Amino acid sequence: MLTKGLPFYTILLPNLLKFNAMFFQQIINGLTVGGVYALIALGYTLVYGILELINFAHGEIYMIGAYLGIIFLGIFTAAGLTEYSLLLSLVLTFIMSTLVCSAYGFTVEKLAYKPLRNAPRLNPLISAIGVSIFLQNYVMLTQGATDKVFPHVIPVTIIEFSNVTMTTLQLFIIIVSLLLMAGLHLFIMKTKTGKAMRAVAQDKIMASLLGINIDRIISVTFIIGSGLAAVAGLMVAMYYGLVNYSIGYLVGIKAFTAAVLGGIGSVPGAMIGGLVLGLIESLGAGYLSSEYKDAYAFIILIIILLVKPTGLLGKSEGPRP
Amino acid sequence: MILEVRELTKAFGGLKAIEEVNFKVRQGSIVSIIGPNGAGKTTLFNCLTGILPSTKGRILFEGKEITYWKPHAITAKGIARTFQNIRIFAAMTVLENVMIGQHSRSKEGLFTAVMGTTTFRKEEETIKSKAFEYLEFAGISGYADVLADNLPYGCQKRLEIARALATEPRLLLLDEPAAGMNPQETLELMELIRRIRGWGKTVIIIEHDMKVVMGISDWIIVLDHGVKIAEGTPNEIQNNPDVIEAYLGKEEVF
Repeated sequence: MLTKGLPFYTILLPNLLKFNAMFFQQIINGLTVGGVYALIALGYTLVYGILELINFAHGEIYMIGAYLGIIFLGIFTAAGLTEYSLLLSLVLTFIMSTLVCSAYGFTVEKLAYKPLRNAPRLNPLISAIGVSIFLQNYVMLTQGATDKVFPHVIPVTIIEFSNVTMTTLQLFIIIVSLLLMAGLHLFIMKTKTGKAMRAVAQDKIMASLLGINIDRIISVTFIIGSGLAAVAGLMVAMYYGLVNYSIGYLVGIKAFTAAVLGGIGSVPGAMIGGLVLGLIESLGAGYLSSEYKDAYAFIILIIILLVKPTGLLGKSEGPRP
Repeated sequence: MILEVRELTKAFGGLKAIEEVNFKVRQGSIVSIIGPNGAGKTTLFNCLTGILPSTKGRILFEGKEITYWKPHAITAKGIARTFQNIRIFAAMTVLENVMIGQHSRSKEGLFTAVMGTTTFRKEEETIKSKAFEYLEFAGISGYADVLADNLPYGCQKRLEIARALATEPRLLLLDEPAAGMNPQETLELMELIRRIRGWGKTVIIIEHDMKVVMGISDWIIVLDHGVKIAEGTPNEIQNNPDVIEAYLGKEEVF
């Protein structure tokens, strides 16, 4: 590594000259991870919007989603379904992982947060950290501490235009992320449950007086957030091919950063924050240094908290009118 | 009797905000609850709507005990309320605010919504047109697509009433509906409350404006320091020495 011993700025200039192909390459890579960050960030922001709780166990739900993907695909492969129809077994893997992951999210809320609903705000936060540690160790004990390999069943084709390449898997991840985000947006804006979620986020007591069952809406929120995290976990497992019990930590914190970047509590904010964070990370890796890749998210987090703590789309927390 | 309250007590630690309150509300009447600040009027509403659990006593709505029910269940049963301070959903449109009110009255399931079936679209249309009717009733249908936050104050108060009506209550509780209104708006409000009663609904209001109280009430209940000190027709209350004392101090004043 030539650049290793040199000061930071010396690597900057020559890299900036490699524009064009690399730029678009990094945009595609950035959108891929950004879509995943956005899906997870939505889980943080939805829960925060309704409970004002940072669900620190959310990264672990994502990690469990990745494991469930390996487990279910393994089951379907053993049952011969994958050989019969790869598409069908993949679709079933997605559905089953999402359902089981949602059940995890639902249970975590009922056991770890609901009893603390009226406690001071710090208590559920500490409970969330406890759940996070518990889930990591639970997966480590049941699945082992070593990396698990995602079965190589999906044929990956490389799409190439001029000098930019994109795998079918990347395209798949970008499309699925965008579709889920659009779907969630429609759900929140158009459906009765979505409207009720918005009402609960604005004023829980008033919402309950209008006939909305708060407990049910909170459960729905956790189910949706966990489902999105499961899809994200599964796609990342397919993308990187390796899964480990500790992957939820870093990705969880990055997605949290994305949610803060977009404005915590804001649904479009989490989507934009996720994509922007993914782009910053991969552009930073391409033009500055890939060794600092994981640091960019935290640099962004610090800058946001200093300059605009409410994030891109968040509203300032004033007193209730 | 649409509502019956028996020996209702609500204590916050050692402080009894309401104590052994008994009263009955006749179907189709307008009842006012009055009393000095801190008399426990709003606490009483909070207990009736399930926001605060009662410490002791019973609440019967249409003969059925609802004492420890959750707020959303009480709303579904047929009691709605507004608050003293405005609590509209500021980030939603006026129409959406009222549509939320119909939450417990519509059957729209998650499945039909996600699939976007015709049943869903029909249901959605019904909710919308009903919501529009409530806006018309409250006289603010011209603002349907305006963000609720941008409404003038008087209209926001009307919106709250329209939204409460959208839950299709048989008993409506209004907490200081005339607060902050000018005399003209107050007159219009009284007219609106009479029209709500004309719809066959029972109304209980907490109000400080004596013109409103004396003008529209069939029955008045007076609370002081959490205790019911009198009840009766407007005429009886105006001449009740206990009430005069609670409001103005001892008799020497006169």
